[in-house]
Amino acid sequence: MSMQTTSISLPVANAASNERVRPFPGASSLSYRLLRSRTTLTGSAVIAAVVMAALLAGSIFDTDPLDMVARPFIWPLTDARHPLGTDMLGRDILVGLVHAARVSLAVGLAAASLAVLVGVMFGAASGYFGGWVDQLLTRITEIFQTMPPLVFAVVVVAILTPSVGSIILGIGVTSWPQIARLVRAETLRLRESEFVQAARVMGMGHGRIIVTHILPNAISPVVVAGSILVASAILTEAALSFLGLGDPNLISWGSMIGSGREVLRTAWYMTALPGVAISITVMALNLLGNGLNDVLNPRVSLT
Amino acid sequence: MALAHIWLPRPRVLRYLAVRIAQVIPTVIAIVVLNFFFLRLAPGDLAEVIAGEAGSATPEYMALLRQQFGLDQSVWVQFVNYVKQLAQLNLGYSFRNSMPVLDLILSRVPNTAVLMLSSLLLAVSLGILFGAVSAHWRGRWPDAVLSAVSTVGFATPLFWVGLMLIVLFSVELRWLPAGGMYDLEHDLTGFARIADVARHMVLPVLSLAFFYIAIYTRLTRSAMLEVQELDFVRTARAKGLHPVRIALRHVLRNALLPIVTMTGLQLGTLLSGSVVIETVFAWPGMGRLAFDAVFQRDLNLLLGVLFFSSFLVIVANLLTDFVYAILDPRIEIR
Repeated sequence: MSMQTTSISLPVANAASNERVRPFPGASSLSYRLLRSRTTLTGSAVIAAVVMAALLAGSIFDTDPLDMVARPFIWPLTDARHPLGTDMLGRDILVGLVHAARVSLAVGLAAASLAVLVGVMFGAASGYFGGWVDQLLTRITEIFQTMPPLVFAVVVVAILTPSVGSIILGIGVTSWPQIARLVRAETLRLRESEFVQAARVMGMGHGRIIVTHILPNAISPVVVAGSILVASAILTEAALSFLGLGDPNLISWGSMIGSGREVLRTAWYMTALPGVAISITVMALNLLGNGLNDVLNPRVSLT
Repeated sequence: MALAHIWLPRPRVLRYLAVRIAQVIPTVIAIVVLNFFFLRLAPGDLAEVIAGEAGSATPEYMALLRQQFGLDQSVWVQFVNYVKQLAQLNLGYSFRNSMPVLDLILSRVPNTAVLMLSSLLLAVSLGILFGAVSAHWRGRWPDAVLSAVSTVGFATPLFWVGLMLIVLFSVELRWLPAGGMYDLEHDLTGFARIADVARHMVLPVLSLAFFYIAIYTRLTRSAMLEVQELDFVRTARAKGLHPVRIALRHVLRNALLPIVTMTGLQLGTLLSGSVVIETVFAWPGMGRLAFDAVFQRDLNLLLGVLFFSSFLVIVANLLTDFVYAILDPRIEIR
């Protein structure tokens, strides 16, 4: 399940721990909740800032992030016009970071959406219909879970040639099984509930029951898992770009680390800064995920 | 009698193992099929790649190459051939390295295994220690500090940690080598060589373990907090047992099961992690091999690595389930 390079551990990937009711009373104590809500607030604020930066990247800095704007190798905090310095080609690092936020967030969101879409379809069908359908779909899920995620993503991207599309696909196909298992467990729980049985007695079709009754009730853990998936997709995209499998026409945090690596010995700030950007963003997304979990499924503990 | 305590697999466990192995077979077959179709999806076939290398490619030469590799036959015949090869443990031939893929992989496996096992050992021991400390002082400063550290650990790319460690320990402090597995200048032997490899291992092992320390810390913490509330712990406390003894004998011991499961589940991701770490540190393992395969467009090799590592994960999962079934007799066998 977990994999930072890589991607984050989805606590929900194993159904046993997902169903575990928060065991210790202290967990809901006031100080704990306050601490939680404070970190959640911080996380949301940081994410909002990153999203704003990504959306407004074009209007804040109208220069192309790949343009040479100054002398190369300016260290951060030494030149007011380029607060975070320039890289070995004289490109402004701050402009690069902000533009790269766009790519990293977009890839993260798109890959997570793909994973959620496929995972929800597989999980819902598997849990709702049961029997051989469940057997078959569960086996398929296991196959995708067996292959080491990053190696698998590397193979997909290498075969389809690196582009935003193939990267999204590569990350998506390696992360949907976690969602599928989660949705399956929820669907199994809901399938026998009274309102679903009532709908069935009323003669409602399977598709409609799933869409109108089961999914809305299973959606909150999916939202939580989805936010954590975005975080892990950002990490995976960074790893792929670092390995040289990023989209060659775009600048992303991973590719900035990859190119900065060549001058690691003399100008390590070029590698350090994008890494800090990734860490902060991913951390904020994880905090947000934990916070959402407290709000949406207060009963269930995220390990 | 001491003899009576010798452990023999009970029929329950053996039956369980048989069922699990039977379940794995379709998974292996499916991975084989997937691998094969991946090969066909790739733009350009092997003949084109080799002809491109040679520089000159007459249509006759291409046809000859295709015939040699069996590429002129129908998809089904090719598939059957592929499966037949795999059944004989033949993962194909790497034309770039002029070596059978399996030999190439097997020559790298020990290097990756050393890296992964050391990282796992470090991560599990530090993680359990940190988690136990965290659970013991829940809500106090050691817990807060360790929670903050593991939050960072979850969010930081492994390869970046590796690069930053290189900056600090190799470039600035000059304490440790920045890459490779041996000192290439001196031909060391015996103990000196082992010490040399160990020196080269420090940074990659630390970077690979970083993320997993965070996982194990959090897992141990929550498992211990859960066990702490159970009746037998309350009983032990009521009996007046020393708190350290309770923590070690009663709580930690029972908190270990989820850690065992996690270790099994983590293997695939640990392999993934070693791909980037081996690339950062130029460590001659499977990950580095996969990386080179991508850039040499050596698909046979790349798919071989994927197949082999999936196989390792399957075996590891089986072992985990098996260990689990032995450790916890309550596990339901389905």
